Formats: sequence, structure tokens, C-alpha cells
Amino acid sequence: MTVATLTHPSLATIKGAFPSVAFLASEFRGQTTLVVPAARLHEVMRVLRDHPDCDFNFLVDVTAVDYLGYPAPVQARFAVVYCLLSHQHDRRLTVKVNLDPTLDTKGTAADPALEVESVTDLWPGAEWLEREVFDMFGIRFRGHPDLRRILLWRDFPAFPLRKDYPLRGRGEREHFQTLTRESR
Amino acid sequence: MGIESALPVDSILTTQLQRVVNWSRRSSVWPMPFATACCGIELMATACSRFDLARFGAEVMRFSPRQADLLIVAGRVSVKMLPVLQRIYMQMTEPKWVISMGACASTGGVFDTYAVVQGVDQFIPVDVYVPGCPPRPEMLIEAIMAIQRIIDNDAIPRDGEGARLPLNIAVQPNFEPRSQPVPVTVGTT
Repeated sequence: MTVATLTHPSLATIKGAFPSVAFLASEFRGQTTLVVPAARLHEVMRVLRDHPDCDFNFLVDVTAVDYLGYPAPVQARFAVVYCLLSHQHDRRLTVKVNLDPTLDTKGTAADPALEVESVTDLWPGAEWLEREVFDMFGIRFRGHPDLRRILLWRDFPAFPLRKDYPLRGRGEREHFQTLTRESR
Repeated sequence: MGIESALPVDSILTTQLQRVVNWSRRSSVWPMPFATACCGIELMATACSRFDLARFGAEVMRFSPRQADLLIVAGRVSVKMLPVLQRIYMQMTEPKWVISMGACASTGGVFDTYAVVQGVDQFIPVDVYVPGCPPRPEMLIEAIMAIQRIIDNDAIPRDGEGARLPLNIAVQPNFEPRSQPVPVTVGTT
């Protein structure tokens, strides 16, 4: 794939603003995806929001993908996905960050490789979305004001949307106190 | 209700106190609806005019567990919701009964995942199970009638050591499924 086939105008702006950074970009059925190195994410997102040619004023969604067992060649185990929308230009862009874990993904220990810069200072609406990504995938966001689990409870012992987590869980749904008729 | 007109004015009825208490309890079962899913819609339909739960004295839905004596668990219970359900059960005053309504409350149903409790009877005592996904209002009415039968027999049947005995009442559907509507062709043939 060559850059010439990509028609999204924001790609040229980003390339001009970061001449030394290697980006990947792809287009599928009119939707453009830009893959950004994790270290440069926050700068790129700031340009995408503030540059008048980009003007992505609205963060539609933050989510993540676990590529474990993916049937096609993949770039990394995890990807954090940002869906951007510019109301001014009526234009969308998907930004992806690839992450490879260094620790065993079955545990909940903080993995320094699974960390990206938070974009809550650019789009305040990212706060709960990033919390959900953390809750489900264990990807942490540096600079997030309140990075707690949002759906599951605090002591949940796994990140359940990782593909190596079994669908039925590891017994979390069975460990409770049992009330009997005599319970007071 | 007319019974006093059929009897002489100064007549006396004798009965057992327990029977009078049971009669009054079975005639005014106040449900606490714990409706978390589509079973709750059928529960509402049961209380509405077409099925009219008031015929069985159970139309007073109480959203405070302290005023209710029948807990109807209608719908799937997630793992996060189970402590709430258990607290509601503990807050209800004795005597109390529990209906597990629908496949999800009884077994987890199709939601065989890490986040859903596979049957509330693992963690709270259940008196009557209602099958169905969701059960028809007739089945919920029969479940309430089963609760009334439990109350009638004896409020809390216990064994020699004071523990409540299982009642083993199975609710059967009491309606005949009708045939599907005939397909209609629209437009010219």
C-alpha cells in the first residue's frame, strides 16, 4: 500500500507536523485508520484536535482490540482505538496504537508496556471510555484523573475482554456468601 | 363478602388461630418485584387488568422490602447485583417467600458468562421456580398460587431441628399454545 492511495486530508497534515515519525495508515471502504507509535500518541492527538485542517473536536469512542488468535497477520497483541469526528469538516478518522504486553496477560499486575498517555486533557469525555478500556483490557492510561474500574468491582481478579480469559470466568460468579432461611 | 348475611347475626365461628393467620397471609401476599430484565415486563402484565393479580390478593407491589413478604426475582442477576438481592432478602421481614421467575433467575439462562449468577438459588433460598423465557403471566399466577398453597399447608414447614423443609413444588404451564398465524400475501398474485 502506498501513501498515494490514501485520500484523507488529515494524513498529510500529520505527516507535515511530524516529519521524523513513521506512521502506518490504511483505508477500507472509505474509512481511514492511522496507526501511531504509542510514545507520540498525545502529540498527534493534540494536532488532530487543534490544527484547523483537522479540527477533530469530538471523540466518538475509545476502545481496544485483543488480537490473540486473530486469523490474519497482526501488528501487536493489543490495539487501543480512538474514533474521531470533526463536525466542522464532516470527517472521521480512526487512530490506533499498538501495544505488546511484557507480562503474563492472565494476571492483573500493572504492565508498563500496556500503557498509553491519557487524552482526557484533550477530550474530557475520554475519562469513562478509558476507564472501560482499563477495566476490560488492563491497558492503563498515564495522566488519567481517576483510573478505576468502571463496570466490574474493584477486586475483580482479571481483565475479562482479553482473549485468554475464559467466557465463563474463573469462578468469580460462584464465590459468595450463601444466605439460608436462618440467616439474620 | 356476603358470608355474614348467610349466617345468623349472633353466630360464632370456631377455628384454629393458625388457620386464620394463614388465611389472611395467603389472601394478601405483597410482592417485592426484583425485576431486572424482560421477565419484569411479564410481571407488570400480570399485575395489569388483563391478568389482574388482584384476584389473588397479590396486587400490592411493594418497592420497600420491609413491607413485602414475597420476593419475585424476575430476570438475570449479575454478579454485581447479587449483594443487592441478598440485602433485599435480608431486609424482608419474616415470614417471607421467594419466587425465582424465568430461566435466567433460576439457572442463568443463555447468559452463561463470567458476569451472571447461574441461578439465584445458590445464594438465597427459593420456594418456587417458574420456567419460561419469559414465563407467561398465567405461569407467574400459578407460582403465586403455589406460594398460597405453601402458606395454606403451614407457613414455614420445618423439620425436627427447626430448619425449613424443601417443598418440591413444580409449576406447570396451564395454557395450550395456539397455532401460528397463517401467512398473508400482500399485493397481487
